[in-house]
Amino acid sequence: MTTRTRLSHLQQLEAESIYILREVAAQFERPALLFSGGKDSITLVHLALKAFRPGRFPFPLVHIDTGHNFQEALDFRDRLAQKIGEKLIVRYVQDSIDQGKAVEEKGKFPSRNGIQTVTLLDTIAEFKFDACIGGARRDEEKARAKERVFSVRDEFGGWDPKLQRPELWNIYNGKIHVGENVRVFPISNWTELDVWEYIKAENIELPSLYFSHRRQIVWRENLIFPVSEFVTLDSGDQVEERTVRFRTVGDMTCTAAVESEANSLDDIIREIQTSRTTERGSRLDDKRSEAAMEERKRGGYF
Amino acid sequence: MDLLRFITAGSVDDGKSTLIGRLLYDSKSVFQDQLEAIERAGQVNGQVNLALLTDGLKAEREQGITIDVAYKYFSTPKRKFIIADAPGHVQYTRNMVTGASNVDLAIILVDARKGVIEQTYRHSYIVSLLRIPYIVVCVNKMDLVEFSQNRFEEIKAEYLRFAAELGIKEIEFIPISALNGDNVVDPSQGMPWWKGNTLLGYLEEINIESDESKQETRFPVQYVIRPQTEEFHDYRGYAGQIRSGIFRRGDEISVLPSGLKSRIKSIDTHEGSVEEAFAPMSVTILLEDEIDIGRGDMIVLSGSPPIVSQDLEADICWMDTKALVPGNKYLLRQTTGSVKSAVREISFRIETQTHEKVEVSQLGLNEIGRIKIRTAKPIAFDKYSKNRGTGSFVLVDEGTNNTVGAGMISGS
Repeated sequence: MTTRTRLSHLQQLEAESIYILREVAAQFERPALLFSGGKDSITLVHLALKAFRPGRFPFPLVHIDTGHNFQEALDFRDRLAQKIGEKLIVRYVQDSIDQGKAVEEKGKFPSRNGIQTVTLLDTIAEFKFDACIGGARRDEEKARAKERVFSVRDEFGGWDPKLQRPELWNIYNGKIHVGENVRVFPISNWTELDVWEYIKAENIELPSLYFSHRRQIVWRENLIFPVSEFVTLDSGDQVEERTVRFRTVGDMTCTAAVESEANSLDDIIREIQTSRTTERGSRLDDKRSEAAMEERKRGGYF
Repeated sequence: MDLLRFITAGSVDDGKSTLIGRLLYDSKSVFQDQLEAIERAGQVNGQVNLALLTDGLKAEREQGITIDVAYKYFSTPKRKFIIADAPGHVQYTRNMVTGASNVDLAIILVDARKGVIEQTYRHSYIVSLLRIPYIVVCVNKMDLVEFSQNRFEEIKAEYLRFAAELGIKEIEFIPISALNGDNVVDPSQGMPWWKGNTLLGYLEEINIESDESKQETRFPVQYVIRPQTEEFHDYRGYAGQIRSGIFRRGDEISVLPSGLKSRIKSIDTHEGSVEEAFAPMSVTILLEDEIDIGRGDMIVLSGSPPIVSQDLEADICWMDTKALVPGNKYLLRQTTGSVKSAVREISFRIETQTHEKVEVSQLGLNEIGRIKIRTAKPIAFDKYSKNRGTGSFVLVDEGTNNTVGAGMISGS
């Protein structure tokens, strides 16, 4: 009998991510999995099933709802949580605004993406979460490329890229002081294409926003924005209908669509393989300055 | 499709970030919006500054140096790659060790004008200490020495003399110009004398068939799965990632450090039970007997046990501003276990340039030395030279919770 003893790259990434999820379960008292209903956090949930079944998840799913999310992503989120029978906690940016803790952005393209940090930090404090698992990947953005798998945040949620703990072999050090928390990124080493190939290989269900559909849009700074009650139209804005899909799904005010006919996972994988722009190329929040992501992360953003 | 993880090491200004930028750019792994972003940031000598593709922090872009490891990803039709772009500065040695700890291959950059310098010795020493299996030395900036074959051969001979002392076996040499792209992805026009591979060609073709699965079997228990539901009332699964070797259903196993024996009843995955599993798969193992096992214990095949001891000798890379002094106590984290430990002695410090063993009373930040350490309870381990997974550990300062040392076990 010959034994095949080499894993494909997707199997290697999967084994590593499961290992990281189990480290979180073993090292922390009160972890949480941040779950938005987007493809990366859906992949995380799938990996958690592999890591902990037939047992329960040792953490709840937590969503920070900006109030400007796609209804379809929210419905999907609720259905998935119910289907797997795990606990879902939702906290609302609107509540932080009503309590005067967060202030709605002004200016030309106001977004709630930035102020969700306020609600996230309050939620961490409310439940005393000591670890928050997230679906961020290092290939998304250059500041993310610097992030450790176990990323220690101070009591204000802040990240100091110059003082990161050395992270050696696959020994993760989750020891923290009271009030600090660790952001954990089990799919750090995955690329956008890896996620899509994995979704296909594992037959993972996604919200249909990721597949091509007809939608009312406006053009802004060469990006396609979905028309919604949260986007204020200027007098010069021309509403058009286009066939689009989303590569990334976040707050409706900063998530742009791409023109695409890709209607199946195979089409999407082909499209990404030949794409000349990154996933975050369609995120207006990252284009605000050269160090936009780094500065948000220093301030406690995911 | 398989996966190759590699690190790039080299002194400041040897062109590491430019080389990575070039690899990404010429293999068409740079996206339009990334290119536009670095174009907005300005040009160097009339060219787009490819180094900006890797320096992700504001402070790095301001100072033009790499402070921390950046991970970059690209793929060709043949292979997927993960690059750990590590800093060259002595003061960031700990970050280089971080990047080097889990790669299969190291690229060491040498400036053709300067030849082998102190940092080359230092980086090569770390690469050999961490037992990275493959090294490729890229002699960079060949355009600045008129693409001289003699100069290339000179540097190669010098490096080989030095490497012989380190016991590095697999070394490849490639003359390149990262700035212009010679021999990085495309063959060089300026060096018709070079009949060897391009760097990318080498990275694509090198055989990285892992030998992890051929090593002694080791399974550190990470987490115990006990659903306690009606359906799985008696289910007690030991979850973890196989560190080395192959496990099969029915295998006779020992649990260390207790030494208790049992047999493998089942190897579970989410898709169901499997007959066998090998490193680095994450699985759940069920045993025939009810024995007391928890996180930090190691399941091994009977007949090939690791060392079980409270005393260990190790090479250590010190990573904290507060020096390592004999008598200090730390939390020692090895595989999934955690145990209190005390440093008994510092045998010597290594001069990374000359390999000289220097007698010292303490180890400072970024210094490397040999220590003896005693743990509060026996632990199971292998020598690092036999098993990178079970022979490595980190020391954690219980006051600050920082990871302060990276250890490679050399004996008990």
